[in-house]
Amino acid sequence: MEVLSQNRAPIAEALENLRNIRVVPFDVPGHKRGRGNRELTEFLGERCMSVDVNSMKPLDNLSHPSSVIREAEELAAQAFGAGYAFLMVGGTTSCVQAMILSVCKHGDKIILPRNVHRSAINALILCGAVPVYVNPALDYKLGISLGMSIEDYKKAIDENPDAKAVFVNNPTYYGICSNIKEITRLAHERGMKVLVDEAHGTHFYFGKDMPVSGMAAGADMASVSMHKSGGSLTQSSFLLVGSGINKDAVRSIINLTQTTSASYLLLSSLDLSRKRLATEGETIFEKVKEMAQYARDEINNLGGYYAYSREIINGDTIFDFDISKLSVYTLDLGLAGIEVYDILRDEYDIQIEFGDLSNILAYISVGDSYKDIERLVGALSEIARIYKRDKTGMIKHEYINPRVVIPPKTAFYSEKESLPISRSGGRISGEFVMSYPPGIPILAPGEEITGEIIDYIEYSKEKGCFLTGTEDLEVETIKVVRL
Amino acid sequence: MELWYSEIHTPHAKFLIKVDRQLYSGKSEFQRIDVLESQEFGRFLVIDGYLMMTEKDEFIYHEMIVHPAMAVHPNPRRVLVIGAGDGGVLRELTRYPFVEHIDIVDIDELVIKVCREFLPQTACGFDDERVNIHILDGMKFIRKCSDEYDIIIVDSTDPFGPGEGLFTKEFYGNCFKALKENGILVNQHESPFYAADAVATQRIHKRIVQSFPISRVYQAHIPSYPSGHWLFGFASKKYHPIRDFDPKRWRSLGINTRYYNTQLHIGCFALPNYVEELLEDVEGVE
Repeated sequence: MEVLSQNRAPIAEALENLRNIRVVPFDVPGHKRGRGNRELTEFLGERCMSVDVNSMKPLDNLSHPSSVIREAEELAAQAFGAGYAFLMVGGTTSCVQAMILSVCKHGDKIILPRNVHRSAINALILCGAVPVYVNPALDYKLGISLGMSIEDYKKAIDENPDAKAVFVNNPTYYGICSNIKEITRLAHERGMKVLVDEAHGTHFYFGKDMPVSGMAAGADMASVSMHKSGGSLTQSSFLLVGSGINKDAVRSIINLTQTTSASYLLLSSLDLSRKRLATEGETIFEKVKEMAQYARDEINNLGGYYAYSREIINGDTIFDFDISKLSVYTLDLGLAGIEVYDILRDEYDIQIEFGDLSNILAYISVGDSYKDIERLVGALSEIARIYKRDKTGMIKHEYINPRVVIPPKTAFYSEKESLPISRSGGRISGEFVMSYPPGIPILAPGEEITGEIIDYIEYSKEKGCFLTGTEDLEVETIKVVRL
Repeated sequence: MELWYSEIHTPHAKFLIKVDRQLYSGKSEFQRIDVLESQEFGRFLVIDGYLMMTEKDEFIYHEMIVHPAMAVHPNPRRVLVIGAGDGGVLRELTRYPFVEHIDIVDIDELVIKVCREFLPQTACGFDDERVNIHILDGMKFIRKCSDEYDIIIVDSTDPFGPGEGLFTKEFYGNCFKALKENGILVNQHESPFYAADAVATQRIHKRIVQSFPISRVYQAHIPSYPSGHWLFGFASKKYHPIRDFDPKRWRSLGINTRYYNTQLHIGCFALPNYVEELLEDVEGVE
């Protein structure tokens, strides 16, 4: 097959052709290019409905691609420097699951940082793999979990030579990177695969002077949230694999859980966004970096806030920092990040990505303008003036090292009983508890519930964090493993 | 040949001015700027298609955004003007000999340049040596000021486009911080008449009430603006617009005005019932 130029977007082009030849649809979807659902068509727009179509010969099929989807995947692989790239329509969650299910079977060990996204632990429940957690380093000033120290990874690899894979966040939600090249080298020495969660790292593949990407570091698989910094539609992602991976075997794992009616809105958005990043990505991310730096400088000049950047790099647990991220430490003002997050939305009509107990994260992208950044900075200045208070008694740390008693799958499928969280101390959790975002579990199935964790959950609730994970939507009770 | 400028006031109502000729058309980094000449309204400034001011009725707007606050504050020395690239606010302010320092902040240098060339009737305000021009985002300028001004006048465009930030709570809060302990903020407050404008009026009022202990609204009749019925905000840390108003003192200054007078000062704070209700609806709403 000839190699297409990155200026092409085969799926989008095929959809355009299909529209032009005005095919009469006697197939699904039943809205028939929107004509059968006027209200929805008015809401979403006619163009949008006209490309919400089913798989058919000229449009290829995601579960068995042979023409335009195949071409789009090859173009994406080329753009990302990967052996192959899968278009994914189930979010980065589906990529992470496919990565883990591809390399781990029931009872296999996988080495992973405990501050992974819940999708990784969900995958362990699905396949029965056993986690070997490496605890992230903590920054006691900022209250955030950092990357992994090489020593800790090395120790875990040495102690578990039978582990099948090593999992890495590149970067964390806050923009912190571990030394992924060295981790990859250590893992490959022992024949372990390296899986990378790059939900927050799409721009590493296209921007200038960015932290190293998973594929460039020689990792085996990487999950990339194209819909975050890449500009595609929500729920669309790429799963990248290195040349040492059997892509057809990965495809069959993906097809276990992937829909057979993949949305062409999502697929074309991946295709066009890949084209845009491949051709203009460098310029786009230069602009994002400039805006983030401007915001950081202005926020640091306000006093009381600390918008951190590369100066926190320490050569190990903060091996690199993603300067397109705008993370701001708020605790010196006596305000939890989540409180600033709530005030920004409720009082100033400004929605940021998330707030935890001591930081906020504002997501900056090419869609932003300096005018809007002035609003954010102006509002932060007002919040400092109006709400500043004594900070004694504020909890700062975002992460508690868990004690894993039984594997997640065993705990998840055990006989369980429901207890008020306040009285669950000493028991083994049968479910997750996490703040969302960022979706990193405070507790995962199989872990011991300690007094410290109970206090942390109560404090997070009191500060207004949005807690999720338990069957009880009020997060008052928790399912624990029956004794 | 008939050439008409039209402005959409609502999706179902339009305002027309017959145009003699176009004097200028250009585009800055932020907006499109046009200056047109007409028989009825003289020259007029249009930004992004919206009419900003006409030579015929600008005196009403500029007198009313300046004099009420100047007549209430007993000793205004330092004044900050945000927006107002046409210079009309400056022209009125510079008539007060005791004003020592005026900062004007506009994001768009081209507006000032075009006004100086084509609208000298208002742009003459820039010529006074007390005037200091700052070309930058008003929000950014005000963020760095604290306890500096006696009066701040916000002569913004509409609450969308480049002026959007000047209608936010963070902006009004920063104005509060930039004012001295007896300072006054005056702002362009949109119109209560058409539904979309009324929503903006309410939104502004709600935001200002949250930031200032005294917040009153007054009105003027400006024929070229949508519905002709226009509002201004008077927000203050200390002075009440009527109780602290000394008509004799203002009259003694001998400033000649065509619209504003000390009787009208009191009258303009008396609002129609529907406007009072509109404003009360958002007072005390969290």
